[in-house]
Amino acid sequence: MKLRSLLVLLTLLPLSIAAQTPAERGLAIAQESDRRDIGFTDSQADMVMTLKNRQGEESVRDLRVKVLEVQGDGDKSLTIFDEPRDVKGTALLTFAHGADPDDQWLYLPALKRVKRIASKNKSGPFMGSEFAFEDIGSQEVEKYTYKYVRDEAVDGKQAFLIERYPVDENSGYTRQEVWMDQAEYIPLKIVYYDRKNELLKTLVFSDYQQYLGKHWRAGKMHMENHQTGKSTLLEWKNYRFRTGVDAGDFNQNALKRAR
Amino acid sequence: MNRARLFLFGGMTLAVAALPAHGAEWYGNVTAQSRLFDKTSSSADQKRSYTSLSFESTFYHQSNSGRDLFAVTPFVRVDEHDAERTHADLRELTWVRVNDDSEWRLGLRKVFWGMTEGVHLVDVINQTDLVENVDGEDKLGQPMINLSLVREWGIVDLFILPYFRERTFPASDGRPRTVLPVATELAQYESSDQENHVDYAIRWVHSIGDWDVGLSWFKGTNRDPLLQPGLNGAGQPVLVPLYKQMEQFGVDLQATKGDWLWKLEVIDRDTRSTHYTAAAGGFEYTFIGLFDTQADLGVIAEYLYDERGVSAPTPTQDDILIGLRWTLNDTQSTEALVGVILDRGSDARMLSLEASRRLGQDWKVALEARWFTDQPTGDPLYPNRDDDFVQVELSRYF
Repeated sequence: MKLRSLLVLLTLLPLSIAAQTPAERGLAIAQESDRRDIGFTDSQADMVMTLKNRQGEESVRDLRVKVLEVQGDGDKSLTIFDEPRDVKGTALLTFAHGADPDDQWLYLPALKRVKRIASKNKSGPFMGSEFAFEDIGSQEVEKYTYKYVRDEAVDGKQAFLIERYPVDENSGYTRQEVWMDQAEYIPLKIVYYDRKNELLKTLVFSDYQQYLGKHWRAGKMHMENHQTGKSTLLEWKNYRFRTGVDAGDFNQNALKRAR
Repeated sequence: MNRARLFLFGGMTLAVAALPAHGAEWYGNVTAQSRLFDKTSSSADQKRSYTSLSFESTFYHQSNSGRDLFAVTPFVRVDEHDAERTHADLRELTWVRVNDDSEWRLGLRKVFWGMTEGVHLVDVINQTDLVENVDGEDKLGQPMINLSLVREWGIVDLFILPYFRERTFPASDGRPRTVLPVATELAQYESSDQENHVDYAIRWVHSIGDWDVGLSWFKGTNRDPLLQPGLNGAGQPVLVPLYKQMEQFGVDLQATKGDWLWKLEVIDRDTRSTHYTAAAGGFEYTFIGLFDTQADLGVIAEYLYDERGVSAPTPTQDDILIGLRWTLNDTQSTEALVGVILDRGSDARMLSLEASRRLGQDWKVALEARWFTDQPTGDPLYPNRDDDFVQVELSRYF
């Protein structure tokens, strides 16, 4: 038994040293990006979403997001809606799970009702915006397979261009192109291809800031839909880390009192 | 509700609005509603159109780093004709203390239990505000002391309910209503403590993988009154509500399997005169991104059962609910829900339509319609056979 595993090791060893395949290299970049963000513990931030249609008419959503880092599983998050006023107090609790579907509960304040919702609905738009649920959800490494394409700069910043392919067959995409900053391993741009493998959307990250000397968060995320001409701008404000929240702030009781 | 009380209530609402806004929030809506009935009623009191104005607002304050929460939600409606529908309520007047693994919740509160869409069998804490809508989804605030315990194996809620609130009913000029108007002022109780009877309840909820489970127990005054023929002070025939004592065990379940939601509610209700089981179960399946659009279409099917059969005072004892939920997922959050409840024992059908759409940032328009068709005599909905209506609402949120 021991000898056999040694033999396996010996046959693998030269390969990994000699040449990383594009798939291995792509995965390694994603893992490094994930590894660098480990240890933020928890975060809270305010988000303003500005939706723009083809005619340039705007509508605005205000929400607050709390995230709890979970070791060995996907993160837990609580999203609370403030604007538009008719959905004020609505809240969404999400337990992300690597490649498995997330668990999601929605709280409807008018009825005081908590509803478990089908989280396979990940390709659906988030609050009528150009962001799908799967775009704003926790980006676990296991949710995709990867391929390194080439080095390519974005706005003068050296970046790795990798392709990633959603594992979940209910994803709205065949693939995504991600430009990952070479110095900090943070995404600079993502291009989304729909189920027919046609160009769908482009997401550009900007106004990055570093927190706790380690964790980078984009201040702005601009999503443009090339097929509809609509766009959505997310602006993140008031980021706080290690605020002392724990698992007790991410259960049904927390969902009901969130407002 | 008399005028003096209404003014008092209005004054209180204004006082709440004038409270200092530091660390506090204030939000709500004003809604204009118009209900139009298809047919002229055989009762001379009832009209074909009812217009009303409602106001609901929440003042919310948190202190002590979010450990103490205070909320008050006054509601008031003024109806053109129906004096009983002109009413006010404190939907919420509550203080919550949040501890690490428990919560104390005191005051007037609203609680929702259950999973199914067609009926809400296990949901027995709050009294129905029936003058608001015939679907029974509107509730009155319930005085309570509620301790909620968070454990590894689920959340347990313990309730002491020290005061009972009577169901609201339309006046004789209200519509839709029962054949005879309900004389709420003559309400009778089985318990000699009447509305001061102290009720108790326990509920446990837990999520295990794809399953969400709830178990509940309630002992106290039945929120559903029996309506008995009687005479009012003027010697006119009326219906008199009788509130009995009951003990109820309830189970509610949901399995979330991909695009399928499987739902079940079962209750065992024991009163001095009857002991029966009622259940509702079925599924909701959602077609995601219908025809390559952003819209979703949900198909709902539920079977609604009541052991008491045709003698049950509820219209759903052996019925099937079929519903379609259409969600556009657009910027205006446009959605519509159509449902039909089919009685398996007769041809009676109740159709409903609910649709809404946001206008701009702060306005919302909502449409609701109900049709009652082929109700046989003796069916609880027979008196409403001519009460098909369409309701339009325009709300301004702030």
